[in-house]
Amino acid sequence: MKRAALLLLLLAACRQEMDEMPRHEFYEPSDHFANGMSARPPVPGTVARGDDLSPVPDEIPGPVTRAMLDRGQERYDIYCAPCHGIDGRGHGMVVQRGFPQPPSYFDPRLVAAPDRHFYDVITGGYGAMYSYAARVTPADRWAITAYIRALQFAQSVPVSALPEDMRAALETER
Amino acid sequence: MPQIFPEAANGIARLVLWAALVAVLGLVALSVLLPRSDMFTGQDRILAQPVPFSHQHHAGGLGIDCRYCHAAVEQSAFAGMPPTETCMTCHSQLWTRAEMLDPVRQSLATGTPLRWNRVHDLADYVYFNHGAHVSNGVGCTTCHGAVDEMPLMRQAAPLTMEWCLDCHRDPAPNLRPPEAVFATDWRRGSEAEQAALMGRYDIHPETMTDCNVCHR
Ligand code: HEC
Ligand code: HEC
Ligand code: HEC
Ligand code: HEC
Ligand code: HEC
Ligand code: HEC
Repeated sequence: MKRAALLLLLLAACRQEMDEMPRHEFYEPSDHFANGMSARPPVPGTVARGDDLSPVPDEIPGPVTRAMLDRGQERYDIYCAPCHGIDGRGHGMVVQRGFPQPPSYFDPRLVAAPDRHFYDVITGGYGAMYSYAARVTPADRWAITAYIRALQFAQSVPVSALPEDMRAALETER
Repeated sequence: MPQIFPEAANGIARLVLWAALVAVLGLVALSVLLPRSDMFTGQDRILAQPVPFSHQHHAGGLGIDCRYCHAAVEQSAFAGMPPTETCMTCHSQLWTRAEMLDPVRQSLATGTPLRWNRVHDLADYVYFNHGAHVSNGVGCTTCHGAVDEMPLMRQAAPLTMEWCLDCHRDPAPNLRPPEAVFATDWRRGSEAEQAALMGRYDIHPETMTDCNVCHR
């Protein structure tokens, strides 16, 4: 009986070593540093490999493609729509729960604002809005800007300027 | 010569033999069942967290996309945990006096990250990669269950090797089109649609069960 118990104990002991290796997985605590983190945050001003250091242009760089707009829409729906709403009028779900209401993108001031303004707001935040630079890459900031421009444009197009098939679809929907 | 064993010894001997057999079978059954039990796999376990964060409210009720908080999940092995700033994008203005959120505000003020306890934790000798699954059409809820209905996070799958292999042998029924990977209400398509997705992602199950896919 004793031996059987010992054997069981030995078997139990087998598991642990390989389950918990003496290395740090993501976010695993460590006692090397006072705050318990196993990784060091980068020093302020660190430039990552491949970072683009050229000055930020004032307009959306390069031609705006369908792929860029699709990407912009996807990123917008993830990071901006909770407050600005999927239509850009500023009635997102979080605003409905009491967050200060952001201005509508169809506000004449924002329609007239340069592309760079949207890029800068995403990068640095604006008033009650925090920065999204950590989660939205520079390329995606331009893609979102392009998508917001498309939203604004869509509001200003008269029905008569639509292609024939789109107009027909709109008429039947109404 | 007198008999050494009384007549009852026959019965006792039989009993001992049967008992030994039952014990051996029991041990075998135990060694098969125990590693698959919730106690060992951690399935359905709920851990105490510094803040009782509710996916039901945030992902379900408010409809916030997983990537708003788990921003690395598309490219990296690790899904990424939201830094305190991510909570504060909303809670700088909402529920600013709630006691429940004291640890979040303290974390921002002192610059000490919140320490979430890991719910899912594979053994260190297993390699897992979120990016490889998400970009090949395997959705969050396939592995993590109905996250949008969880007031507190729990591990919905056993995460045993058997469980991984069940899918790696035949991933077709679990594949989704790219736009549905983060959806919480995805429904499986027809058999032909599911099979077509295998071609779309160019997936070859022949090599997906090689040991060195997961043990490297
Ligand atoms: C948590 C809610 C929230 C989210 C998410 C959010 N914003 Fe905002 N945004 C606001 C609020 C509130 C304001 C108004 C700020 C103020 O005036 O104090 C604002 C203002 C703005 C403005 C107008 C600045 C001006 O000149 O008035 C722009 C442009 C903008 N946001 C773009 C974005 C983009 C792009 C995203 C996604 C990457 C985003 N926002 C995500 C809340 C949010
Ligand atoms: C508002 C931010 C937020 C959103 C949105 C969000 N999560 Fe989370 N998630 C967290 C936080 C904070 C934790 C850590 C606390 C916990 O485990 O409950 C977490 C933990 C998890 C875990 C467990 C991690 C572990 O310890 O093993 C999983 C799995 C997860 N989230 C999946 C999802 C999925 C899938 C979605 C989208 C449907 C989602 N999350 C949306 C903030 C968020
Ligand atoms: C996009 C905005 C947003 C983000 C980001 C966010 N929350 Fe919330 N949170 C809310 C709203 C809105 C409520 C109110 C819930 C409701 O009305 O259903 C809330 C409620 C809560 C509550 C109160 C209990 C409950 O669930 O109702 C806690 C605790 C909480 N959040 C924790 C967190 C933590 C921790 C994070 C960071 C990982 C976080 N939240 C990120 C919007 C957000
Ligand atoms: C193929 C199954 C699978 C899919 C699909 C999946 N996960 Fe996971 N997830 C896991 C496993 C396994 C772990 C534990 C990883 C470990 O311990 O190394 C995990 C861990 C996590 C964690 C904890 C942090 C980490 O990376 O260890 C979070 C957060 C998470 N998943 C969120 C998500 C989100 C969001 C999605 C959808 C975009 C998702 N997962 C899709 C299996 C999956
Ligand atoms: C629901 C289905 C499903 C489940 C469950 C699942 N996988 Fe996968 N896994 C996939 C698919 C699909 C791929 C993509 C194969 C390809 O690239 O052709 C994949 C690929 C991988 C890869 C290859 C990554 C690379 O870089 O090549 C690893 C490693 C992996 N899975 C590990 C795991 C582990 C460990 C588990 C269990 C914890 C698991 N998977 C569970 C479907 C699944
Ligand atoms: C799809 C991913 C995957 C593949 C492929 C895979 N394994 Fe595993 N393996 C796992 C996971 C996950 C575990 C951890 C199980 C647990 O913690 O219960 C594991 C655990 C193990 C263990 C430890 C068992 C224990 O109970 O401690 C051994 C031994 C092992 N695998 C051998 C193999 C061999 C040999 C192969 C090739 C024939 C293989 N594995 C292929 C995912 C995989």
